[in-house]
Amino acid sequence: MKPDELRSLAQKEAEARKSYRYRINVCCSSGCMPFGALKVLSAFKDAVKEFGVEGECYVARTGCIGTCSIAPAVLIEPGDYLYQNVTPDRAKEIVKEHIVNGRPVKSMLYGNEAYFKKQLRIVLRNAGKIDPLRIEDYIAVGGYYALLKALTRMTPEGVIEEVALSGLKGRGGAGFLTGLKWRYVARATGSPKYVIANLDEGDPGVFANRTLAEADPHAIIEGMAIAAYAVGASKGYIYVRSEYPLAVETLKKAIEAARSMGLLGEKIFETAFSFDIELRLGAGAFVAGEETAILASIEGRRAMPRPRPPYPAQSGLWGKPTLINNVETLANIPVILLKGSEWFASIGAKNCTGTKCFSLTGKVNNPGLIEVPMGITLREVVFEIGGGVPPGRRFKAVQVGGPSGGFLPEQLLDLPIDYESLTKAGAIMGSGGIVVLDDTSCMVDTAKFFTEFCVDESCGKCVPCRVGLYKLYKILDGFTRGEGSLEDLQKVEELCEFIKEASLCGLGQTAPNPTLTTLRYFRDEYVAHILEKKCSAGKCFKNGGGVGGE
Amino acid sequence: MAEVWEASKMIELTIDGKKVTAKEGDTILKVARENNIYIPALCYLEGVSSFGGCRVCLVEIKGSPRVFASCVTPVAEGMEIITNSERLKRYRKWAVELLLSERPHVCSVCVANGSCELQQLATDLGVDHLRVEREWTNYELDLTHERFAYDPNRCILCTRCIRICDEIEGVHTIDLMLRGKNSKVIFDLNDKWGFAESCTSCGKCSAVCPVGALYVKGKPHSESKRKELASFVTSRRSEKTIG
Amino acid sequence: MAKVRLATVWLSGCSGCHMSFLDQDEKLLELAGKIELVYSPIADIKDFPENVDITLVEGAVGNEEQLELLKKIRKNTKMLIALGDCAVNGNVTALRNSLNNSVEEVLERAYVENATIKQNAPTNVPRLLKRVLALNEVVKVDFYIPGCPPPANLINYVLNELLEGRVPPLEGRFKYG
Repeated sequence: MKPDELRSLAQKEAEARKSYRYRINVCCSSGCMPFGALKVLSAFKDAVKEFGVEGECYVARTGCIGTCSIAPAVLIEPGDYLYQNVTPDRAKEIVKEHIVNGRPVKSMLYGNEAYFKKQLRIVLRNAGKIDPLRIEDYIAVGGYYALLKALTRMTPEGVIEEVALSGLKGRGGAGFLTGLKWRYVARATGSPKYVIANLDEGDPGVFANRTLAEADPHAIIEGMAIAAYAVGASKGYIYVRSEYPLAVETLKKAIEAARSMGLLGEKIFETAFSFDIELRLGAGAFVAGEETAILASIEGRRAMPRPRPPYPAQSGLWGKPTLINNVETLANIPVILLKGSEWFASIGAKNCTGTKCFSLTGKVNNPGLIEVPMGITLREVVFEIGGGVPPGRRFKAVQVGGPSGGFLPEQLLDLPIDYESLTKAGAIMGSGGIVVLDDTSCMVDTAKFFTEFCVDESCGKCVPCRVGLYKLYKILDGFTRGEGSLEDLQKVEELCEFIKEASLCGLGQTAPNPTLTTLRYFRDEYVAHILEKKCSAGKCFKNGGGVGGE
Repeated sequence: MAEVWEASKMIELTIDGKKVTAKEGDTILKVARENNIYIPALCYLEGVSSFGGCRVCLVEIKGSPRVFASCVTPVAEGMEIITNSERLKRYRKWAVELLLSERPHVCSVCVANGSCELQQLATDLGVDHLRVEREWTNYELDLTHERFAYDPNRCILCTRCIRICDEIEGVHTIDLMLRGKNSKVIFDLNDKWGFAESCTSCGKCSAVCPVGALYVKGKPHSESKRKELASFVTSRRSEKTIG
Repeated sequence: MAKVRLATVWLSGCSGCHMSFLDQDEKLLELAGKIELVYSPIADIKDFPENVDITLVEGAVGNEEQLELLKKIRKNTKMLIALGDCAVNGNVTALRNSLNNSVEEVLERAYVENATIKQNAPTNVPRLLKRVLALNEVVKVDFYIPGCPPPANLINYVLNELLEGRVPPLEGRFKYG
């Protein structure tokens, strides 16, 4: 594709978009699909024909709008009218009233404005508003302009500088400065170099990366291409879980579309830059999201992490310099290049710029996929965006950072969300899961649950994680069945310290967090379990225990 | 191997306060041993690639709050390494205790009793009891091989056998299956050892097994054990290459 | 000065640790001067007494009677010492735990399959626990003397140190297993 072709295509598409008075965006992501989103989509298409408004109303199959609690969700532009729990019957009514008669159906609208008020959508800028399977939709909203700008008007070093100045940190969890990482790879000797997009989101209750890939795959592809240009790579891999069939399918089609338009392949935009992407499917292992495990898996070996150094930037895929970024990190890149690092750095907190996507789940009134500026407090997320816990229940704790994230109590709700504050409090940014617990949850039982998850997902390479976590699980399990003594709490703490400090990779190093934070903030529950055999949530002591008994 | 002839860059560092010179790129463990500073290790085997799994060889490096597996961490100029702090002793003890509790390690009925590296470590580190509940796994013994036997109940998953089979013997008969606490050392595609076609019956695996999981039938482990096997082969190989 | 009240107990084990204890030979005489043996398989005392200073326990906890006895020992003893690997970690005694924790399977094997006459499991003896336990899985243990069996001179060393009021460090002095 030539630069001019991109411009004229964008113009043409934008005009076509404008020629419709209305646009009906039907969310067809993994959240809305099981509720019949595809039937709703075809009902809208039929209704539009039936009422003869095809010429003025466009029905689009889009990705996630972000409101998973009201699935299937439908967004009508202009005006961003959001309809909830749409059925094929209701679809017909909506077309009749809203489109034909120009009167939005108030009774079916999602009236919760607070849900969107504090959100800021940069990564999810196009989610729910474009058809992910139409590359033209992405180009119409300015897609691939950042790549064009990078290739034609910026040097690789200039791109890295821009990303560095933006202050963007890796969204995969560890929060390493993206610009710095790119610089390491750019300066590393060795050829070829590789770029890997990490989409191995394996945390229970976390679906931010999946949703992004389903809603806006080209943002990831464009981000990768820019990264590749900056670090001097010519080949990229998207490592995606095979358990994400819709994301896999969407990405596959998006890559093909980009390739057929010449946005991937040889001499992109008639420059010397060539880059192509291959999908690699991960099979089942949570630990495969660890960056050195990804390398092993892509090379066709068992997905086991290896110690660093050497870092992938020096010796990655097949021993070559490799850049590994989370897909959310990559989706930020095009916007940073187009709007500038200064703009990006002005968003969020001082040493933690930009936004973060979170999967908000648990005992919260408005679960869903949210994107908020860094530095927002947990209270705002849980109570304003999430609408608090269900009526009649009391908030107990919020877990931030996926299965190995810590549980934070009410008194820490005013904590700002940034890498440093979370780590200090015992939680992590992690992959971006926020799970809210109310008084129906037992903290001992919850710690046990997440420890068990990590036991199942440990690769088995290092002793602290493989054996230590299992022993930790057994002790916690004992507490929930009436075994154990107060001295065991001390043992738990010692064991957790060992697992945290001595484990080889991030899985083991963070896996004790749920136990450690519940011990730190909810110690009284442990004591009640041990001394009084009492579980305030009524979850434990269902089966009798007893030492050695039959 | 042209790089053999390039003069390696030498660097200086201290280990437990002792100033030592080392070749850049060497691991902390290697440099320490060359200077007669003993760092305990279990999955490490000289002559094959390092694994970094047992976490017994952990060391502290001044300036970092973390601990590092010395078998995989390269030395660097000016590094100040501590090999034997109270914290390290505590961690090593946990590692050994956890290994002892993972499967039924009953020394008195084991072929390796007296020549077992895990037993020796437990003794050295003062592991006089286990703070966690023991697991009593019941894996089936594999006695199908004519000369060797395999008792998974004694395996500590150090992967020495896997590495020596792959890197020295060059056949890769042995590998791991499943993950986490269910990990198991297997032959070929989980065949019985006697039916594993790729096995050359060389015996290297049992010679380097630190415990009594792989052993020669009818022989005490102490007699068939050859821990230096891998390093012997690799040193001979590099001599040949240079010559 | 009152003599230290010492007890030795034999739970599920082979008695090898007691043999090792007796192997102190002439040093036993020296020891005898400092202690009063208040309970032991080598002395005919029926009930575990009160106010015991030191109790050496050999063997793992294998049946209900032993479980009760160990709890009583703990209650009546100032310093409880696990003597030998069965007491320390279960050792050979606990190998039956590998058999799916099945008491029936163990009894069947021992008293039916391997018996030539009277092929049935005993009924009028304390019931076996589902799982053999090391002492520290039941009660707090104050000191451990590992070994299968622990050598006589190690037992002697530990006892003498304790009698002198010192807690002896064992690193490198014992052999695990």
